[in-house]
Amino acid sequence: MSAKLERLCDKLKEVFGAKIGEPVLSLGEVTVEVPAAAYHEVARTMRDHAELKFEELIDLSGIDYSTYAGRTPGLHFAAVLQLISVTHNWRLRLRAFAPDNEAPALPTVTDLWHAANWYEREAFDLFGIVFNGHPDLRRILTDYGFVGHPFRKDFPVSGYVEMRYDPEMRRVTYQPVTIEPREVTPRIVREAGYGKVDGRG
Amino acid sequence: MAEIKNYTLNFGPQHPAAHGVLRLILELDGEVVVHADPHIGLLHRGTEKLAETRTWLQTVPYLDRLDYVSMMCNEHAYCLAVERLLGVEVPIRAQYIRVMMDEVTRILNHLLNIGTHALDIGAMGMVLYTFREREDLMDVYEAVSGARLHAAYYRPGGVYRDLPDRMPQYRVNKFKDEATVKRLNAAREGSLLDFVEDFTNRFLGYLDEYHTLLTENRIWKQRTVGIAVVSPEQALQMGFTGPMLRGSGVAWDLRKKQPYEVYDRMDFDIPVGTNGDCYDRYLVRMEEMKQSNRIVKQCIDWLRKNPGPVISDNHKVAPPPREAMKSNMEELIHHFKLFSEGMHVPEGEVYASIEHPKGEFGVWAVSDGANKPYRIKLRSPGFPHLAALTEMCKGHMLADATAIIGTIDLVLGDTDR
Repeated sequence: MSAKLERLCDKLKEVFGAKIGEPVLSLGEVTVEVPAAAYHEVARTMRDHAELKFEELIDLSGIDYSTYAGRTPGLHFAAVLQLISVTHNWRLRLRAFAPDNEAPALPTVTDLWHAANWYEREAFDLFGIVFNGHPDLRRILTDYGFVGHPFRKDFPVSGYVEMRYDPEMRRVTYQPVTIEPREVTPRIVREAGYGKVDGRG
Repeated sequence: MAEIKNYTLNFGPQHPAAHGVLRLILELDGEVVVHADPHIGLLHRGTEKLAETRTWLQTVPYLDRLDYVSMMCNEHAYCLAVERLLGVEVPIRAQYIRVMMDEVTRILNHLLNIGTHALDIGAMGMVLYTFREREDLMDVYEAVSGARLHAAYYRPGGVYRDLPDRMPQYRVNKFKDEATVKRLNAAREGSLLDFVEDFTNRFLGYLDEYHTLLTENRIWKQRTVGIAVVSPEQALQMGFTGPMLRGSGVAWDLRKKQPYEVYDRMDFDIPVGTNGDCYDRYLVRMEEMKQSNRIVKQCIDWLRKNPGPVISDNHKVAPPPREAMKSNMEELIHHFKLFSEGMHVPEGEVYASIEHPKGEFGVWAVSDGANKPYRIKLRSPGFPHLAALTEMCKGHMLADATAIIGTIDLVLGDTDR
């Protein structure tokens, strides 16, 4: 498998040259980072180039890198695409960082893969990444009239509002959340070599 | 001539044919659907966000609650992702158990799909037959994990415990007399494997019953043949996987193309459709059940002959055995650390995918080295399938909309996450 993926890496370097970052081969998967400016063009070539032929978009997901341990703060938001080639039977992960942390935006790939339509709506809904040129960029998973982008790292898990039935108004209303946020197990990142004595442990 | 205007119809979210809480805004021209706009998210629970606040092990039960008709397959993809990040080897017996339970799950899922699909478009009796067989398989779930639905049986590093030596049995009560109990318990005298084997022997007969009821049924064919035809190019473009893609004639199955666990040792065939309509997808699912049955049989043969461990002996990932924990200080510490702080997964990212009964279920796991995931993205097969509903419904009659919802094998828990 890995010889095949090395061939894919070589092919990517040959086709795109300096347009994309160095292809990373790790855990049996190839990851490519691409600057936002070249994102759409690279995606099109990935789909159409006879020796790459990534004809199916399996997944497009947003991610917020703002609290990633050990990462120097830079661009927060990225769109990550999982592509698959049915012809060549290989996979690729394509990552494009959105240039602005305040108003993250990327070009849409809906014109290349129709499947991107809902995935981009989801990334917009949950992370607030705007996909320019998307035909119908509405919220998809959250409630009608929801405020904020819940999967961003600065959004609390319990949210800001909760819903309840008001017997006097005889309808469902929103009110500020009453539950206290709590963390049973804290999030810990251990230093390298933690708990190891003479390489054992 | 009277003036005819398009009108909009609100379908769901509480509609028996909506398979959960799907809300469809249908724009109709007479009885023809001009545009269908699915509104999803009514079952959105933020599983991916919750996973970020739970340890790696605590996330496993949430996965059951995604696609609640094929629970173990969801866990499978997640466990594969964690194992790949950790670099843990899964014992071979656990891999066989996983393959067997995956195929049991596939039969469970397809039985529900075919039963409810037929129910939606008028064949009331089908669901009664398929639920009869589902009950046996639910008992298998219960026997291995203790729960009929939300099993949490697969764990990173293997499966929670070995297959049980005996099946739970019925007892006489005021609803069941001795003769009934004896009949019901006939297959339950032996071990779980005996029970599953008995089921696989009976199942082909049941499949023939379904074929008699539906395959040549004139009404069933009128409702499904030529409905929602999807070409192979369209299917790829819209991100179809699983039976939806194979129904359109693309021979793509991860079990064959990118084998995981021990699927490369199994002997089975991949059914492929020709026309890409609802009827072909139905036939693909029927044939898949038959093939799953074959795989289950092969797994039973192997599992009978080869005892062994079913979970990794790396106690940083999998808990130590109970006896060791009670008698050994080091194992006690391992147990305590694993269930309080949890395991630390090395920094990295991985996308693990499996051939879920509905299509490709993938888990993209990103770890920054902490005891909790940094981000989990669940790629559920139902999401792109439902997204394609607009395109598939266009130009069909209102009544066909329910046939199309049935054929995409919709489970909102999996679409909304």
